[in-house]
Amino acid sequence: MEWLQQLVNGISIGSIYALIALGYTMVYGIIKLINFAHGDVFMIGAFIGFWSISHWNLGFFSALLLSMIVCALIGVIIERVAYKRLRNATRIAALITAIGVSLLIEYTMIFFRGAQSAVYPSTIENRAIDVFGAQISSLSLLILGVSVALMLLLQFIVHKTKIGKAMRAVSHDAEAAKLMGINVDNTISATFAIGSALAGAAGVIFGVYYTKIDPLMGMIPGIKAFIAAVLGGIGSIPGAMVGGMLLGVVETFVSAMGFSSWRDAAAFLILIVILIFKPSGLFGKNTREKV
Amino acid sequence: MTNLLLNVENLGIQFGGLKAVQQVNMHLNQGELVGLIGPNGAGKTTTFNMLTGVYAPTEGVITFQGKKLNGLDPYKVTQSGISRTFQNIRLFKELSVLDNVKVANHSLAKHGIMASIFRLPNFFTGEQTMTEESEAFLKIFGLDKYKYELAKNLPYGMQRRLEIARALAAKPRILLLDEPAAGMNPQETHDLMELIAFIRKEFDLTILLIEHDMSLVMGICERIYVLDHGQLIADGTPIEIRNNPKVIEAYLGEEVAENVTSE
Amino acid sequence: MKKSKAFWAYLLIGIIIYAIVQFAMSSGMIGSYYSNMLITMCINVMLAVSLHIIIGITGQFSIGHAGFMAVGAYVSAIFTMKLELPFIAAIVAAGIIALLAGLLIGIPTLRLKGDYLAIATLGFAEIIRIVILNVDYVGGAAGMTVMRETTWSYAFFAMLLTIIVISNYTKSRHGRACIAIREDEIAADAMGINTTYYKVVAFGIGAFFAGIAGAIFAHNFYIIQPGTFGFLKSFDILIYVVLGGLGSLSGSVLAAVLLTAVSTYLAEFPETRMIIYSLVLILVMLYRPTGLLGTKEITDIFKFGKKGGKNV
Repeated sequence: MEWLQQLVNGISIGSIYALIALGYTMVYGIIKLINFAHGDVFMIGAFIGFWSISHWNLGFFSALLLSMIVCALIGVIIERVAYKRLRNATRIAALITAIGVSLLIEYTMIFFRGAQSAVYPSTIENRAIDVFGAQISSLSLLILGVSVALMLLLQFIVHKTKIGKAMRAVSHDAEAAKLMGINVDNTISATFAIGSALAGAAGVIFGVYYTKIDPLMGMIPGIKAFIAAVLGGIGSIPGAMVGGMLLGVVETFVSAMGFSSWRDAAAFLILIVILIFKPSGLFGKNTREKV
Repeated sequence: MTNLLLNVENLGIQFGGLKAVQQVNMHLNQGELVGLIGPNGAGKTTTFNMLTGVYAPTEGVITFQGKKLNGLDPYKVTQSGISRTFQNIRLFKELSVLDNVKVANHSLAKHGIMASIFRLPNFFTGEQTMTEESEAFLKIFGLDKYKYELAKNLPYGMQRRLEIARALAAKPRILLLDEPAAGMNPQETHDLMELIAFIRKEFDLTILLIEHDMSLVMGICERIYVLDHGQLIADGTPIEIRNNPKVIEAYLGEEVAENVTSE
Repeated sequence: MKKSKAFWAYLLIGIIIYAIVQFAMSSGMIGSYYSNMLITMCINVMLAVSLHIIIGITGQFSIGHAGFMAVGAYVSAIFTMKLELPFIAAIVAAGIIALLAGLLIGIPTLRLKGDYLAIATLGFAEIIRIVILNVDYVGGAAGMTVMRETTWSYAFFAMLLTIIVISNYTKSRHGRACIAIREDEIAADAMGINTTYYKVVAFGIGAFFAGIAGAIFAHNFYIIQPGTFGFLKSFDILIYVVLGGLGSLSGSVLAAVLLTAVSTYLAEFPETRMIIYSLVLILVMLYRPTGLLGTKEITDIFKFGKKGGKNV
């Protein structure tokens, strides 16, 4: 029953990747930008959660909510200040700006609070639940539950609300959407807000689960979430969810087989294999350049 | 059929579920100047893209001098002797006019990478040959006085000319011109058509010309193919085409449609 | 032959700079602090110029350049420390193995475009780092001690060679093919340029010189660790190329020299340095996305009244 335990662990960490990957995939879908700073929004979310719980004595769910709100604001600010001017810039300029924003957030954080890590206080009691003979931690289940709830909420927003419809329209064809009276600027900001809120939530969940956080913690999960988004097919929301879970499971099994120091390499290998053999990912569509 | 140069049988391509071009049969004989016309969206450029290897056709066979061209990379198609211009000008903007032509002249010189890096003697002779030959092409097109300008700084009409000069520098036997006169005024168009007639004789070329404007091709082409909705609807001499009811319908239908949308 | 006259003039200026610095170092006018900075400048210029041929000339967006530097550093360290071969052999080997690594990575990934290529190269660089981390033969995470063999002469002449080779390559039919790919890949293809081949060549040359830079770097600091070659290092190199002006060799050189000086002065305040770096990067991208010099060369600016004329 060891494998079932590993599977649940994998899905739990995978759901964190999935939450971050959603932001990547939504932003890429709408403005074709790899938002490198997204992993750092996740880091900020983790710190907001940490301060809420340990300094301001908030509970897990209030901390989660607060972190989501602050991250949504930060996401919108990043978009308005840095990315908005880049809509017609070259892809290289956009990507480099994103790298710049990422570095700026990381080192501003280090500048103000130092590079040392912080330890999350335990807010939720963790016990092992016996499921068909496998010991599954209640924390894993909680994380999974919260992530799935947020993803369902996102599906609802994207498919059933007006802003969701606008988001889909803009990602399909921004010019046409503009002609149809959709406010493209606001829609893009909304996309950043939603994506960043999910990253903020992922930050708090990460903190509760792994307990240790630091200002550079966003780099690796950020890139892994991007890999998850590519795996699922960039631009595809269900793809990001499945890609995240799949990546989490693969990593957990690689570690469980005793290759934990190769875990990150496995993720990058998946990325490269996907890029070379099926760049559109599991759920993506092929595009071709117009001549 | 001793002088058959290019033969296209049953050519077709499908994007997703959409058949953009289907069942196109055409051929080019050595030395001909042939027009390919049709209303907007008829599949003219798509056909060009298949002939030059940019798109791999999903059906049909293209043979050039007896060899099958399907599935070859564009650069191999060009090296085998078919070169093209683009409808939406695709010059190397940050390169000089001369260097644009020298890129197409690439295979003329044979010096290797090591010769370039260490400036071996054959580098200098090779580059010299390329420069001289490219300058000769520029002269024909009246571009020699711009040779050190960046391509992006050329006036529009000159950019169109440079596209053709560049395609010619690749030493083709067949030249495919995709709306070479698009956006030009009548005088410029007239000059360009004379120039095309001139280079055809001078370089013993076979030319396939896409044109949107029917009256323009009528004057210079010996034969014309008409595409509509991805299919060949007519082929023949200009006079035959002019009197073909299907062609008139395809064009008239479009004009009526244009009038409706512009009102 | 006027052009080659200019070439000899630049070479002469280079040698004079070398001689002055060499004299100042051996007479003790320049202390170890500044001589270290000058050597680091040469290394960074090499890295910048070797990435310039990939991004600036060929337009292929690689953001994993530190990976090739790591290959060069470790291969050279194995040559001198484990096999006890001379430094110069180690340098050559570092270049060749890095070149092979470049081909190995370039051939499958260079079919990708833009962002996808960028992410793939980043991924490969990380894989290289993780592999080194897991090989006990080269010390794993703790790193590997290396003798100090780099001198100003090695650093300077390696840099000079890098600049000459890449500049000569750029101004040849091969370099023009690469620029054509940067400007419009479809048109280059249609003009008979084997685009895949030239992308791989540019990638290979870039990797070769990054490997040599890695060798010079490894033998300058007693110890090398896999952590040094992470994506922050790759970003550093990328910043030189982008700030200098994509497509401008002298821009890359200038940016590498200036930023190395800035980071040397800010060495004690690494956060401040990174904040300044990232702010400059963002502001340049927003207000002058072509970088310091655009695609121009510094020599173009000093050419009065002569239009263009930057041909061979």
